[in-house]
Amino acid sequence: MLIDWFTVGAQTLNFLVLVWLLKRFLYKPILHAIDAREQRIAAELADADAKKAEAQKERDVFQQKNEAIDQQRDDLLRKATVEAQAERQRLLDEARQAAEALSSKRQETLRTEARDLQQAIRRRTREEVFAITRKALADLAATSLEEPLVAVLLQRLRGMDGKTKQGFTEALEKNADALIIRSAFALPAEQQETMRQAINAIFSAETRVQFETAPDLICGIELATNGHKVAWSIADYLLSLEQGVDELLKDKAGPETKETTQHEHSQVEAQRP
Amino acid sequence: MRLSPDQIIFWQHGFFKLNATIVYTWGLMLALAVGSYLITRRLSRGLQRSHWQNLVEIVVTGIEQQIKEVGLNQPRQYLGFLGTLFLFVAAASLCTIIPGYEPPTGSLSTTVALALCVFVAVPFFGIEEQGLGGYLKSYAEPTVIMLPFNIISEISRTLALAIRLFGNMMSGAMIIAILLTITPFLFPIVMTVLGLLTGMVQAYIFSILAAVYIAAATRVRQPSPEPEAQGKE
Repeated sequence: MLIDWFTVGAQTLNFLVLVWLLKRFLYKPILHAIDAREQRIAAELADADAKKAEAQKERDVFQQKNEAIDQQRDDLLRKATVEAQAERQRLLDEARQAAEALSSKRQETLRTEARDLQQAIRRRTREEVFAITRKALADLAATSLEEPLVAVLLQRLRGMDGKTKQGFTEALEKNADALIIRSAFALPAEQQETMRQAINAIFSAETRVQFETAPDLICGIELATNGHKVAWSIADYLLSLEQGVDELLKDKAGPETKETTQHEHSQVEAQRP
Repeated sequence: MRLSPDQIIFWQHGFFKLNATIVYTWGLMLALAVGSYLITRRLSRGLQRSHWQNLVEIVVTGIEQQIKEVGLNQPRQYLGFLGTLFLFVAAASLCTIIPGYEPPTGSLSTTVALALCVFVAVPFFGIEEQGLGGYLKSYAEPTVIMLPFNIISEISRTLALAIRLFGNMMSGAMIIAILLTITPFLFPIVMTVLGLLTGMVQAYIFSILAAVYIAAATRVRQPSPEPEAQGKE
């Protein structure tokens, strides 16, 4: 008999025990481990998806912000460029105006200085010439300067043209006190008398000549009435000297002024950005 | 001539006896239980795991997948029974490479015991799934005339299950024993390899047939999902 019923029963029991053993030690732990792993992977995947979505969202936000910042920066840059150009133009204009003002001021100063110098030279020259002449005349001819001056004036009076003489005569007819003799120095009484007599003789009338001192004349003398004058001074002789000095000054000041102006211009150019 | 390890009796006391079939079965049970315990005692739940855990996971998930493919939608409910059937028969076949070992499945008593377990399990799962009345009604389908034929079919397929496994395992061991006496060296080794293949195939067939019977018992009264599936296709 191939079938042993005791063995059949024992094997059935064995099989059921084996089912229980394998369930206890194999299937349950393994399936639990697989489930736990799958849950963990699913959780990690979900987490990764959430993080990815969040990262995508943040990336979009950052991209928008970046674009806004770029736009803002471009605007600011453009505005700043325009402002800087305007400021540069303004500063250049200011500098140019300042340079021009400085240059014209310097030129004005130079002109004033030259004029002052010229006047000082003229005055000094007159004084020197007067002093030299006086000394030379005193040394050489043992005479004063006043005498020749009076002589020269009288000579001129005698030699004046008819029109002038007519004018003087008309003035004397209106007012006998109209004649005034001005000189740079006070004439001695003797010479005053000489003058008076000579004038009376020339105009054939009794005149009351008045004598005045005018330091401006320096080395000159003049007979004046309303609108008419006969005079002599060294001013005419000094005129050529003044012209010579003026030319000399102009020659000297001209290049300097030119150089200064050019120098100022170059400084202004160098200050430009 | 010895056809079954039942005939090797180590100890006997009246009706009770301790033969090679029972002893080898205990050995297999011990090996399977201890091996499972050793592997599953420190299981990793993370992504890093040992080679043994990997192997066991492949086996378990493979069995689960096979059960699902047969048509049982909740394979974990049947994994304990069907998986143990497969593992026991497969282990019994694999151990034939050990000299002096006789597969317990080469005993008709063992195969009958396994077939009886299937014979009981089919109505057990069927009643659990669709109730006693529903399960019993399935015997009278499609008409009452089919009732005796269904009962005969139930018994005969259980018998066939037992005989098929016994025949294959016994014949494998028998052929090797006969060949050892004729051509001692090379040929028995080739036949042992063939026996291993046959044993694995038998383990697969036995458990798959059991799954199919259970699936038939649990699905017969359900509103058939096939028209829906066809509609989807």
